[in-house]
Amino acid sequence: MADLTTHFLGIKSPNPFWLASAPPTDKEYNVRRAFEAGWGGVVWKTLGMEGPPVVNVNGPRYGAIYGADRRLMGLNNIELITDRPLEVNLEEITRVKADYPDRAIIVSIMVPCEEQAWKDILPKVAATGADGIELNFGCPHGMSERGMGAAVGQVPEYIEMVTRWCKQYYDKPVIVKLTPNITDVRKPAAAAKRGGADAVSLINTINSITSVNLDTMSPEPSIDGKGSHGGYCGPAVKPIAMSMVSEIARHPETHGLPISGIGGVTTWRDAAEFMALGCGNVQVCTAAMTYGFKIVQEMISGLSQWMDEKGFENTSEFVGMAVPNVTDWQYLNLNYVAKAKISQDDCIKCGRCYAACEDTSHQAIAMSADRVFEVIDSECVACNLCVDVCPVENCITMEPMKAGEVDPRTGKVVSDTYANWTTHPNNPGAVAAE
Amino acid sequence: MPDTTSGIVAARLNGDVLKTNFADLHAPLGEHEATVAADRCYFCYDAPCVTACPTSIDIPLFIRQIATGTSEAAAKTIFDQNILGGMCARVCPTETLCEQACVRETAEGKPVEIGRLQRHATDTVMAKQAHPYQRAASTGKRIAVVGAGPAGLAAGHRLAMLGSDVTIFDARTKAGGLNEFGIASYKSTNDFAAREVDWLLGIGGITIEAGKALGADLSLDDLSAQYDAVFLGVGLGGVNSLSVDGENESGVSDAVDFIADLRQTSDLASLPVGRDVVVIGGGMTAVDAAVQSKLLGARNVTIAYRRGRDCMSASPYEQDLAASKGVQLMFNVQPSAIHQGEIELAYTDGSGETVRIPADQVFKAIGQTLVTDAGLKLDGRKIAVDAHGRTSRAGVWAGGDCASGGDDLTVTAVAEGRDAAMDIHASLMGGK
Repeated sequence: MADLTTHFLGIKSPNPFWLASAPPTDKEYNVRRAFEAGWGGVVWKTLGMEGPPVVNVNGPRYGAIYGADRRLMGLNNIELITDRPLEVNLEEITRVKADYPDRAIIVSIMVPCEEQAWKDILPKVAATGADGIELNFGCPHGMSERGMGAAVGQVPEYIEMVTRWCKQYYDKPVIVKLTPNITDVRKPAAAAKRGGADAVSLINTINSITSVNLDTMSPEPSIDGKGSHGGYCGPAVKPIAMSMVSEIARHPETHGLPISGIGGVTTWRDAAEFMALGCGNVQVCTAAMTYGFKIVQEMISGLSQWMDEKGFENTSEFVGMAVPNVTDWQYLNLNYVAKAKISQDDCIKCGRCYAACEDTSHQAIAMSADRVFEVIDSECVACNLCVDVCPVENCITMEPMKAGEVDPRTGKVVSDTYANWTTHPNNPGAVAAE
Repeated sequence: MPDTTSGIVAARLNGDVLKTNFADLHAPLGEHEATVAADRCYFCYDAPCVTACPTSIDIPLFIRQIATGTSEAAAKTIFDQNILGGMCARVCPTETLCEQACVRETAEGKPVEIGRLQRHATDTVMAKQAHPYQRAASTGKRIAVVGAGPAGLAAGHRLAMLGSDVTIFDARTKAGGLNEFGIASYKSTNDFAAREVDWLLGIGGITIEAGKALGADLSLDDLSAQYDAVFLGVGLGGVNSLSVDGENESGVSDAVDFIADLRQTSDLASLPVGRDVVVIGGGMTAVDAAVQSKLLGARNVTIAYRRGRDCMSASPYEQDLAASKGVQLMFNVQPSAIHQGEIELAYTDGSGETVRIPADQVFKAIGQTLVTDAGLKLDGRKIAVDAHGRTSRAGVWAGGDCASGGDDLTVTAVAEGRDAAMDIHASLMGGK
């Protein structure tokens, strides 16, 4: 039986599934229920400075986009940091941590970019007994207009500066949560590392407008006829998050920096993928907000079963395993040749592959009068669009050609030697192969 | 409990039970159900469901229109091809047409609910009683349509829309044909057939002349002389006979008349039905008569069919419907004699054996036949037509059940009426 225990930054938790800083972790009641449900840890909803707390809108805070059967694929929010007094949160954190010493509690913090503000709050957080802090440099709405959240996360120098203060005034692990609303995520990650961060977590939410009400012409969620961009999350953002995670994991300057993966983690498989790309654990929010805390049971059982099947005894054994396989386009093997293959036994004859290929790709699928769909190998460039639009999983597959076979499209013999763009004769900047 | 008095008696069940029994067979989809159902469509290329539809409705398009919140546009897509799309959504044997062809039937054994989605879209538009089409500029042509059933209505509507003036004659006192008189009540509730005719006539330019039958009140020569073109959609008004002893006993009648009476009555409890009913036949009419007999309170209802189950023209779905209502299906038997309160059935398996079962009422549903050939060439027992619906007589077209080719379905009749109308229009305007 696989052991799901993780020691992320030395913080022990029974599994790698933490709840992200968000509404599910805003108060003691929720967090206790989350721990009872089996979550390995939580990042407590972001605390602000002492004094009157922020206020939220009193209308809708969330907008959504849907897949088939109204399955929630993306969620955006315009909620701010906790709107409860700092003291109340600190007392609750203290109580919960005392009752659940085996679970991780990280406290998310967002105070102004002034040293004194951080100097004031850090000892209070330390006094709760929490296991670490996460610096919220990602919130893209509301708080960023006040010079916090993403406004800090978009300026590497600020990230480095604040991280350094935190390392100076706090002696437990410091995680820097990054915003995706930037052009190159490696820059803020490197800044966090320079500032002494123990880890980065990403992604925070993405600037988004989920829909426009065509009657009122207001973006949704609409507050009295007006809308503001919100932060986008949920299954739809997972590909963006994984790309950013992989950039940090493989960049020489940040390689090895621990990462807590966030962004659309919905199932055990999503978690395993983030971890394979270098995340020591994952944080979950939208899936819990969609289905409730119970989903962690599937995450635990699923990851455990998969690890048993693969022979992993500990999560650290597969963390980062996929990182060496993330490369630049220019290093992809151009001698690798595949062809689409349609399983006639599995085909339900919907013709979507044909429409996609015929109308928008390479005219490489033939359709007979009785609706038999077959790949024309001499036209197929193996683009994978047919696979992607086919409603039946594994009905269409990409079959690699063997070395020595002739690619009917190009008339060339498939080679088993690796050759990429950097040495390709069509590349004006090609260097001669040695 | 039903009244089990022997003989043919009224009010075997009370009014409340009858009302429940004759409610909509397929309740309309709610908004949410429609969204969920529409979500399942894969928007197939050159979709098999469209090919399977006799009227070639662009099904993936109309379902996508429902899914994106534009049911009115969806209805327009349907009506463009099939102006009786509302009725077809109710009575089409979708299980052997579009839904059988649906790739999700192949994939999961659960097709997209095309029929119910079509009803959802068409109901949305018809509930507004708004007619979505306008007539083209007048062609100055006058067309006679004989028969106000699905074929005649489809032809008449299309011709009126194209700018001709149409007179539709019908032998009955009311328009609608089999939609009005020949379909089980639970498939067309709340007077839908009559409402649909009213809605269809909203196009304008169509005059209905009821109570005029071809052969009796109308002659093809007169019509041809008075109109620029004639379309015959007279259906099959005659009923085949059994040719067995006792056929003229008091308890023996035609299933089509029973079905028509059911549709026209305002009080189901006033309709008499036997305690032990036997329906002879194996088609939709047999099932409709048998199921409705059961719903009216008959104690035992048996369908007696002379061949095996696989030869039954009623679909497996219809057979299951009958069975689920408690109708017994007997195969490979045909009546050999009818006695008072009893029928003798002979097995057709060559055994020579017979069986007698109680029958205080016997319905004949062994097929219908043309009342008159009107001097036209026949193909078998129907009026011979070419691919455009042209008969052997110039200027006379025919479609629907009375014409050769195609299944005897509402949807087929609509397609034939529509296509004949297009050919009539082209002929008259092109001078061919």
